[in-house]
Amino acid sequence: MSYKTIIEDNIDILVVGAGLGGTGAAYEARHWGRDKKVIIAEKANIDRSGAVAQGLYAINCYMGTRWGENNPEDHVRYARMDLMGMVREDLAFDMARHVDSAVHKFEEWGLPLMKDPKRAELPEGDLGKGAYMREGRWQIMIHGESYKPIVAEAAKVNADKTFNRIMVTHLLMDDAQDNRVAGAVGFNVRTGNYHVFKSKTVVVGAGGASNIFKPRSVGEGAGRVWYAPWSSGSAYGLLIEAGAKMTQMENRIVLARFKDGYGPVGAYFLHLKTYTQNAYGDEYESKWFPELAERVGKAYLDTENQHFSHKPIPTCLRNHAFISEVAAGRGPIHMVTVEAFQDPHLEEVGWENFLGMTVGQAVLWAATDIDPKYINPELTTSEPYVMGSHATGCGAWCSGPEDISGKIPEYFWGYNRMTTVDGLFGAGDSVGGTPHAFSSGSFTEGRLSAKAACKYIDDGKAEGINVSQKQIDDRKEQIFKPLETYTVGRNEIVGGTVSPSYILPFPGLQRLQKLMDEYAGGVTVQYMTNDKLLNMGLHKLKILEEDLEKVGAEDIHQLLRAWELKHRHRTSECVVHHTLFREETRWPGYYYRGDKMKLDDENWHVLTTSQRDRSTGEYKMEKQPLYHLVGDAEK
Amino acid sequence: MPTFVYMTRCDGCGHCVDICPSDIMHIDKKYRRALNIEPNMCWECYSCVKACPHQAIDVRGYADFAPLGHSVRVIRDEEKGTIAWKIKFRDGREKNFLSPITTKPWGSTIPDFRNEAEPTAEARNSELLAFEPESIRLDDGGLHTLESNNLELIEGVYY
Repeated sequence: MSYKTIIEDNIDILVVGAGLGGTGAAYEARHWGRDKKVIIAEKANIDRSGAVAQGLYAINCYMGTRWGENNPEDHVRYARMDLMGMVREDLAFDMARHVDSAVHKFEEWGLPLMKDPKRAELPEGDLGKGAYMREGRWQIMIHGESYKPIVAEAAKVNADKTFNRIMVTHLLMDDAQDNRVAGAVGFNVRTGNYHVFKSKTVVVGAGGASNIFKPRSVGEGAGRVWYAPWSSGSAYGLLIEAGAKMTQMENRIVLARFKDGYGPVGAYFLHLKTYTQNAYGDEYESKWFPELAERVGKAYLDTENQHFSHKPIPTCLRNHAFISEVAAGRGPIHMVTVEAFQDPHLEEVGWENFLGMTVGQAVLWAATDIDPKYINPELTTSEPYVMGSHATGCGAWCSGPEDISGKIPEYFWGYNRMTTVDGLFGAGDSVGGTPHAFSSGSFTEGRLSAKAACKYIDDGKAEGINVSQKQIDDRKEQIFKPLETYTVGRNEIVGGTVSPSYILPFPGLQRLQKLMDEYAGGVTVQYMTNDKLLNMGLHKLKILEEDLEKVGAEDIHQLLRAWELKHRHRTSECVVHHTLFREETRWPGYYYRGDKMKLDDENWHVLTTSQRDRSTGEYKMEKQPLYHLVGDAEK
Repeated sequence: MPTFVYMTRCDGCGHCVDICPSDIMHIDKKYRRALNIEPNMCWECYSCVKACPHQAIDVRGYADFAPLGHSVRVIRDEEKGTIAWKIKFRDGREKNFLSPITTKPWGSTIPDFRNEAEPTAEARNSELLAFEPESIRLDDGGLHTLESNNLELIEGVYY
């Protein structure tokens, strides 16, 4: 192999993946570490990378504390209810108390935030009169086509160097001290060069996992998934391999979205006041709730009193109603848009909502002559996704901030957002137990972890790190092996993609998706699984892992896909272990354990954690205590 | 689907290759023009379409559900700070939209912290982030804590 080895040494803070989490980390790292070396390694180009690459029409997490709208504990209460209790409330409170400051900075940097003319009487802020245009209680509306380039600028100005097009495949571990991070390695997907980043701390801002379950779209359209197809589970693959303790990996999410295009529905429900009905024009949702309340208990779904308590109905339970109605033969479910779209302002919002963040939906409606002013479009439920920044809390088990979590040993080990691996921090999708952070919350988590990483270094915790040449050499051999496998195996056959000695990354991905779909509760089994299926799934994942040792890559681009697949595989394995461990159906509508259909607060009002042994590959599962901050009654 | 490239408009400048988040826009070696090498990993995110200086890249709806005969075109103008969309339905109807993309000149508003005053030791040891508490813009100036909000973390089932 003629690829060069490029070593970047003496890094203080390495940011792996610069979506909203990573950009927040690079920005903040410079503020607290003026003389520290801050380096970004990003798989794409940070101007358009991560889930916000194509834009975002709303900032989904803004407290508005400045306008007297919400306090952090209100958001904790909301996120907790939506996730049926399973939230790290210390981390959620911490994010929520800082998140507004990030949003105010975005506005200062030029992000166009919509203002509400009806609220012009509110006190004058630094940037003009009035509060922001609310889409719902937690969301504000923006013209966010250039959201990502704007925040990328903040990171680029403050990092020492940004390496684009580096697929980070592994974290480096310290050979001098067990369980301490020492940097990362990867390769440049354009030049093929091997990159070694030796660093005192690492902030993982990589993405969650799309495409680990079989998508509804097929063939040419397989990339039309709700979450970005380039989100390859590296947030988890990197951390699990490094031996970090993970949490809530069973909490995969299923989204109700516009059919085929996966266009967002938030602004439609909240701002446009649209509603859903079944194929026969009936309201269907509420009729599934009495039966469901039996299964989940009154604490989570109180059919008689919900309208008095004003508790929002958890998203998964609304999914349950949707899925049940379709299974009962009364699909498709429609979004009633024809009323709202008679208002030209709302019509414009409806379309721009797509153009600002899911252009594919506008393409689909144009292709199929669907004008929602005259036709009520169909909705569908998506395949499951694994992520930690949208409305689910998958990710690493992280330390909280001292002033909140300090008295709880299970929640605090000194440095905010540090994983159980020393010097290894998380942001965005990689932090577990903090759902409903979204873009602004992910940016905030990046900021929190970078400040803590500076402190970790200043406290002398990163002294004496050693990375052996053997570790660097071994990883190099491992990373480029798929190219070698292909080169050797290719000579055995006449041509084509079918070989007895290797599988190519895309067929490998399809095998993973089929397996996860059928055994771990995907779309084709109506999100249903059980202990037997999960155990069979684990067995098949193990065999797939053996075959992934023989994944072949024709070129550097396929080498990228090969390593994305390996991260997706590791993520999937962890998801299956967690789903098997939690012996209840905590989130009906996201998945069902057919053998344990009831929610069981007596035994399972706990967070789950897993830890993969780096040498044996065995998973150790544990229950962790759930500490609550606030009563469930609204103040 | 994904994106495709018009042969006569593309000059092989590589802006799309530089920006594609999915690493699927490449330069065809024979024609020296861009092409999408992996349509089934394209998100229709339009990053390449917006970046192309010659409007050489377009999108045709995914073949597994979208019929032919439509288009969604875009012009993103950094100088004007706007983005303009033209949607053409299959039956010929059109819709046009225009939005702002930024309110400030590019590259003018983000400070390099190396030119700013060092944060104090007190700030370093506090829970405050850069520019806080001012940037939260609370009138009382403080950061919310458990104490300030009369809260306590309590273990157990809390419903």
